Amino acid sequence: MAIKPEAQSKLPSSFERHGLTDEQLIAIFRTMLMQRTLENRGFQLNRQGKIPFASASEGHEAVQAGAAMAFERGKDILVPYYRDLGLALGIGVTPYEVLLSLFARAADHSAGRQFPHHYASRRLGLHTISSIIAAQLPHAVGAAFALQYRGEAGRAVLTTFGDGATSEGEWHESVNFAAVHKLPIVFLCENNEWAISTPLARQMGQPDVYKRAEGYGLPGAPVDGMDPIACYEAVDEAMQRARSGGGPSLVEAKCYRFLSHTTDDDDRTYRSPDEVKARRKDDPVPCFERLLAEHGVLNAEQAEALKRSVLEETNDATDRAEAMAYPDAADLYEKVYAEGCEPWIV
Amino acid sequence: MAVVSSTSSTVMNNVEAVRATLYEAMKNDERTVILGEDVGARGNVFLITKDFIGEFGERRVIDTPIAEASIVGIAVGMAMEGLRPIAEIQFADFIYPSFNQIVGEAAKIRYRSNGEYTCPLVIRTPYGGGVRGALSHSVSIEALFYHVPGLKIVAPAFPDDVKGLLNAAIDDPDPVLFLEHKKTYRLIKGEVPDGHYTIPLGKANVRKAGTQLTVVSYGLYLHWALEAAERLTQEGLSVEVLDLRSIRPMDKTAILNSVEKTRKLLIVHEDNKFGGIGAEISAMVAEEALFSLDAPIRRLCGPDVPSMGYAMPLEEEFMSSPAEMADAMRAMVKF
Amino acid sequence: MATTDLRTGSLERHGLSDEQLRGMFRNMLLQRQLDNRGFQLNRQGKVPFALGSEGHEALQAGAAMAFHRGHDILAPYYRDLGLCLGIGLSPFEIMLSIFARADDHNGGRQFPNHYSSKAAGLMSFSSILAAHLPHAVGAAYAIKYRGETGRAVLATCGDGTTSEGEWHESMNFAAVHKLPFVMLVENNEWAISTPLDKQMAQPEIWKRAAGYGMPGRRFNGFDPIQTYAAVKEAMDRAHAGEGPTLVEGTCYRYLAHSTDDNDLTYRTREVVQERRKDDPVPAFEALLLEHGIVTADGVAAMRQDVLRETNEATDAAEALPYPEPADLYKHVYEGAWEPWQS
Repeated sequence: MAIKPEAQSKLPSSFERHGLTDEQLIAIFRTMLMQRTLENRGFQLNRQGKIPFASASEGHEAVQAGAAMAFERGKDILVPYYRDLGLALGIGVTPYEVLLSLFARAADHSAGRQFPHHYASRRLGLHTISSIIAAQLPHAVGAAFALQYRGEAGRAVLTTFGDGATSEGEWHESVNFAAVHKLPIVFLCENNEWAISTPLARQMGQPDVYKRAEGYGLPGAPVDGMDPIACYEAVDEAMQRARSGGGPSLVEAKCYRFLSHTTDDDDRTYRSPDEVKARRKDDPVPCFERLLAEHGVLNAEQAEALKRSVLEETNDATDRAEAMAYPDAADLYEKVYAEGCEPWIV
Repeated sequence: MAVVSSTSSTVMNNVEAVRATLYEAMKNDERTVILGEDVGARGNVFLITKDFIGEFGERRVIDTPIAEASIVGIAVGMAMEGLRPIAEIQFADFIYPSFNQIVGEAAKIRYRSNGEYTCPLVIRTPYGGGVRGALSHSVSIEALFYHVPGLKIVAPAFPDDVKGLLNAAIDDPDPVLFLEHKKTYRLIKGEVPDGHYTIPLGKANVRKAGTQLTVVSYGLYLHWALEAAERLTQEGLSVEVLDLRSIRPMDKTAILNSVEKTRKLLIVHEDNKFGGIGAEISAMVAEEALFSLDAPIRRLCGPDVPSMGYAMPLEEEFMSSPAEMADAMRAMVKF
Repeated sequence: MATTDLRTGSLERHGLSDEQLRGMFRNMLLQRQLDNRGFQLNRQGKVPFALGSEGHEALQAGAAMAFHRGHDILAPYYRDLGLCLGIGLSPFEIMLSIFARADDHNGGRQFPNHYSSKAAGLMSFSSILAAHLPHAVGAAYAIKYRGETGRAVLATCGDGTTSEGEWHESMNFAAVHKLPFVMLVENNEWAISTPLDKQMAQPEIWKRAAGYGMPGRRFNGFDPIQTYAAVKEAMDRAHAGEGPTLVEGTCYRYLAHSTDDNDLTYRTREVVQERRKDDPVPAFEALLLEHGIVTADGVAAMRQDVLRETNEATDAAEALPYPEPADLYKHVYEGAWEPWQS
């Protein structure tokens, strides 16, 4: 959407935008809004009994939109986890594709096989997502190895995971290997402090994931995961390092999971609503909206227009996806192998 | 046989049966600890251990980091050093990182140390589909593990068996993989005798007597098979349904006795057909009772694809219904 | 002949008496002797396999000295011959394992060097790197659970094992629960043919401790006294309920991985020769002689005695029978081994 020229010329440089233009800042905000709107739509559809399941990512909007801005489409590879709705949107997955996944339609990337939010897009460089925590990390490292092996400078892998994933053996093995081989990969931890019901103090002996980097011999740094510009800056720096042969990095974005894990979880059974309420003051979506308004990047009217446009796009995607067909029963037998599926050869 | 210390009973579903049994085990034996993801504060994602942490403390109900290999491995160490751990893998689909600890370690502790060290360990995990669980919350894993000497595996279908077999598993001096079909958690209710009792591992149970066909099954499909057999009863046909309950060890006598009587065998299981439990049963019966058979052994099983899909048609295609089972049964009776 | 002519002040002995120092030295000699005996027997065609631990003698003797027999639990790996001797295993038990005799703790089932002794607190372990570490953590949990102060688990591994996911998961859990657990890494720079710089990007393993939220330190694993001090400090912390520690002892693997490995395919004789000048056995001998804790005659007598003990153990073990074929079916379960039950 167009920005009036006067708004741009009034722009103070009193907030650190790390080279991002107005257009980019607004794009980040739009991604954040879209993430929140689509996520809410998933929960709505579940409550309406239209879909069996939806998962949550409220609280992750800033880190995901910021990180997505640092991703170079057509070059980089993304190996995310199942909470990365915003990151997927930010690198080019459309709301329609998201809704196809929620509705498990035949036209979905996994042809309705996978859980919602388990996207794949070869075209966008988005690896097929697994539900298994940390299983994606060795894959990401292997992909980075392939890039290095073929001498493809200017390309890097961005892989993401939560705090819980860092306890997995495969997290350790992946980071170690990437460090030994100085691979073009960025490990981005979206530390939202909860692994379903397991709080950080039960997950690890000290709460700063980035502090493990030194032991592996790669650089590690924390970033405010509620600040999309800071996240952009941190991920951009790390991705540039990776693309130019400088090796891997560990970036830890500190954010928070405002909702339950998924529609099948009830966070009231293990944490107090007061804690969640207190953390809402850091909600990245209204915070960023305020920042943009304060600095004349996006005024209230423009923000409303943006929200309306996001809602329209969401409604349109919902209607179109809902109207599509489920996969046929016979599709169950497709794509087991390159050809055929029977284990007995006649 | 089951030793029942009271003649009264309570109606409960499978998840309640697991919960009640675990609760008693925790109360009666200080050495018992429960460990797994979200078992403490959350009380397990199916609420099986709800409020346990309040009563027994976090020392005995341990919320582990996300690290399946070490959930089992740490439990092995606890068992080797005098505790009686009950480890939980949140969904059977998550068990693969702990494959080495189960198959390469737990199963071999006694054997490799010539009995000096033992591993009295229970690993509980919900398995199976029919709950829109898609690729990572629906899998059946018994075929991967029943192959392994040193390991025991049970998969009860009814709440009274859940209690008896879980008690037996907890008492067992060797590692037991206790499989709970998640769809039966709330779906299946039954009378469960009060008081402590155990059901020995390696004993199947004839849940419905019949004369024209033996159907062997376990888990959710055991219930569908019973439903299908009931339909055939309405049609004047007589089908015997045998609940395996125990996968390793497995009850040879019960299966052969039934086959001798009916002379026809249908094995029904949700897991993929190729290399599933049905394969071993078929081989055993063919080896030992070939001339008692009036028809080829048949297996009605999950298709050989990686998983049921999330989309309903894909899940429905994967899973067998009572109607499909009835068709298979009818065809065999009439063979 | 023991000497009382001790030059105090010039040897930091961390409270160890002359007798204890001599005891450590004897352990080192015995380790080397038994180690060599395994290789000898293999060359003679008498045993199919042997695994060496030359270079680890000081580290293991020192660590063993910090282990409280009858209280602590040891969760070692397959290169810990000296450590197992040091906590009380006899040469005879070692040889039973090498010869795979029926009377071996494992009934001849396991590879040599895979010792086990419930009586000594030595947990049964497999060949699988890092698989024993979650077990060690579980054992530490059991100790803490029962409120058994004064007990701790000493777990060991090589540099290669620290790359395993289960190393990481064990360290993390031990830290979260502040368990009485000491992780002793015997960094000998080689994992079969993988040198340190292919194993990890920064070579100081102790530095990972901070990431887990536990203390870590490094020491010279060629020095048995320093080893003792470092491991003791960590074990004391664990005994006192203060939680786990990561201690890294640097040493070197002088021989190939095992009799089935040929290290000349991946490193030169010269590079190994160069490191031989740090060989802990002659180094400690020289130190003890210098400080009058042993005499040359005393050392010679010790060597003779160690050889005698080794020979006796070898002969005694060799004379015993293998397990019976029927023994294959024992101890699969407590009861019957058959999967089909009637």
